[in-house]
Amino acid sequence: MAILVGKETRVLVQGITGDAGSFHARQCIEYGTQVVAGVTPGRGGETFDGKVPVFNTVAQAVRETGADTSLIFVPPVGAADAILEAADAGCQLVVCITEGIPVMDMIKVRKWLEGRSTKLIGPNCPGIITPGACKIGIMPGHIHKPGNIGVVSKSGTLTYEAVGQLTALGIGQSTCVGIGGDPVAGLDFIDVLELFNADPDTHGVILIGEIGGQAEERAAEWIAANMKKPVAAFIAGTTAPPGKRMGHAGAIISGGQGTAKEKIAALEKAGVKVAKTPADMGTTLASLLK
Amino acid sequence: MKIHEYQAKQLFSRYGVPIPKGYPVTTAEEAEAAAQRLIDETQIPVVVVKAQIHAGGRGKGGGVKLAKNGPGEARELSQKMLGMQLVTHQTGPEGQTVRQLYIEQGLDIARELYLALVVDRDARRIAVMASTEGGMDIEEVAAKTPEKIHKVHVDPVVGLAAYQARALGFELGLTKDQVGKFVRLLTNLYKLFVEQDCSLCEINPLIVTKGGDIVALDAKINFDDNAEIRHREWAELRDVHEEDPVELEAKASGLSYVSLDGDIGCLVNGAGLAMSTMDIIQFYGGKPANFLDVGGGANQEQVKKAFSMILSSPKVKGIFVNIFGGIMKCDVIAAGIIAATKELGLKVPLVVRLEGTNVELGRKLLAESGLQIQPAVGMADGAQKIVAAVSGKGA
Repeated sequence: MAILVGKETRVLVQGITGDAGSFHARQCIEYGTQVVAGVTPGRGGETFDGKVPVFNTVAQAVRETGADTSLIFVPPVGAADAILEAADAGCQLVVCITEGIPVMDMIKVRKWLEGRSTKLIGPNCPGIITPGACKIGIMPGHIHKPGNIGVVSKSGTLTYEAVGQLTALGIGQSTCVGIGGDPVAGLDFIDVLELFNADPDTHGVILIGEIGGQAEERAAEWIAANMKKPVAAFIAGTTAPPGKRMGHAGAIISGGQGTAKEKIAALEKAGVKVAKTPADMGTTLASLLK
Repeated sequence: MKIHEYQAKQLFSRYGVPIPKGYPVTTAEEAEAAAQRLIDETQIPVVVVKAQIHAGGRGKGGGVKLAKNGPGEARELSQKMLGMQLVTHQTGPEGQTVRQLYIEQGLDIARELYLALVVDRDARRIAVMASTEGGMDIEEVAAKTPEKIHKVHVDPVVGLAAYQARALGFELGLTKDQVGKFVRLLTNLYKLFVEQDCSLCEINPLIVTKGGDIVALDAKINFDDNAEIRHREWAELRDVHEEDPVELEAKASGLSYVSLDGDIGCLVNGAGLAMSTMDIIQFYGGKPANFLDVGGGANQEQVKKAFSMILSSPKVKGIFVNIFGGIMKCDVIAAGIIAATKELGLKVPLVVRLEGTNVELGRKLLAESGLQIQPAVGMADGAQKIVAAVSGKGA
């Protein structure tokens, strides 16, 4: 039954009339996702592609169509507001694709979501897909194959790389979640690992991280204490020059440097098998299934 | 985005964060006049000449000098400093050319403290950090004596609470009177941080003067690049001399580019894949010349621009194109590459790995172009091929 999304998921698309929104809404529909509504303020009453009703507000869309999940393509200035609107309207899952949301906006969004049941994926992410059932995002659907491996990743194209390798090996995926690499975002590694751990259809997990922050280190601790299923991982940025990406004080506050080396060491200590190169993500996971 | 110390201090001043008096200058003559003016205004005979570059560690590199003997000395020091290549632990070995100076009044320092606001990605809050170990390399303090760094996290709805600022003030060992001044300063700094969309505000050192005042002797501000959309005024603060011209050119075309030291040019879609492409090149013994992410939805013109930038770099001895098309279509990549090579020619080995959306069409375009291309199956194959091609040429 995979995690978070499936055949029964009812999706509304915020920003469905924009370039990216309309293109990807079509792709999702083509994949078989139930896209039941669109939202573009001021365009309420229109119909997208002759079949999807467009509403002025998310609340209206939810009321009229029973949508439970929102996919957001709203430009960066309005994207944080779009997340709030979706959560306030009762969407249980909000997937925000938008890249470039100011971090101050996301700090407020995170605070606002505290104590609510809504889960946020992203922003600045490819979205989520349960192969063969439901695609909510911008990932190429055809590279996926239904199966039993969960994928959770901070990076978009690197997720495709991992999925492509798995599929080429004949290993299908239960659900693939792109959590995005922004400093402040929604679901983190641990949130998704918890769901995979509890999902009977997921038999193993690939975790793809990158330099910066401490999310991978905290995930490693959590895995050591709780994870019942094999985990393979890859960390991007082993050779990234220090200082180019990470600020001065940012490195201190996390109590470490957030380097790939530290993250790999933490994961290995937790029993995770870390791929030596990005070309080995699929085979590394496969070696754990034997 | 980074700005200069003098620009950060102008913002401080606007928000009521106390700073010493000072004037930015670009010539030794202006420096002398500024020094004279400061001495007249403050009745303090000492001024400080400070190089304005976007890197820390200026003092150790010779970019901060005291002039104790009047405006003439300030002029002489300025003469030497302007145009010099200032090398610090943050500039790289080639250093950064000094084009501007900041002439500032001298102050009698009783204590040197550290104060910073930063986005703490793990706590998903703004964190305030304060330490009694001002003037030092704070990373070293954090590593050796983490207990000397005091931290509070700010609720984004309530904002910085006075009690939090007070608590930090007492941790810093300030007197009752000084704590009051510190709370005002920090409250104003927090306001600045939020309104100006900063990702970092650092004062090192924050000083207590012998007269008991608290003053920001240094100032470092980084802005959150994502917030540029609502800060048109940042365009005026940007100093293009401080940024890599190639990176700026890339940014203007919507590309993300970072120059590196190696000789293998990379063109990749997506930041994670671009980073791991660098990793795998190094894994097989090569050195990447750049990080280049053409992004998810680049058009043919952007791809052409990106490939042209790699082709025109003199240090590039071979090129690895690694694309996993999702949104990005492989035929768009192929067309962009072909268009760029038509204009600039292709004199180095080119390895191309295409996968994903429209891959057949992309491969066909490249095959029909007549270009000398080594196709690769997967990342590992591609990385090994380009490393072999480049090292073969060098031998």
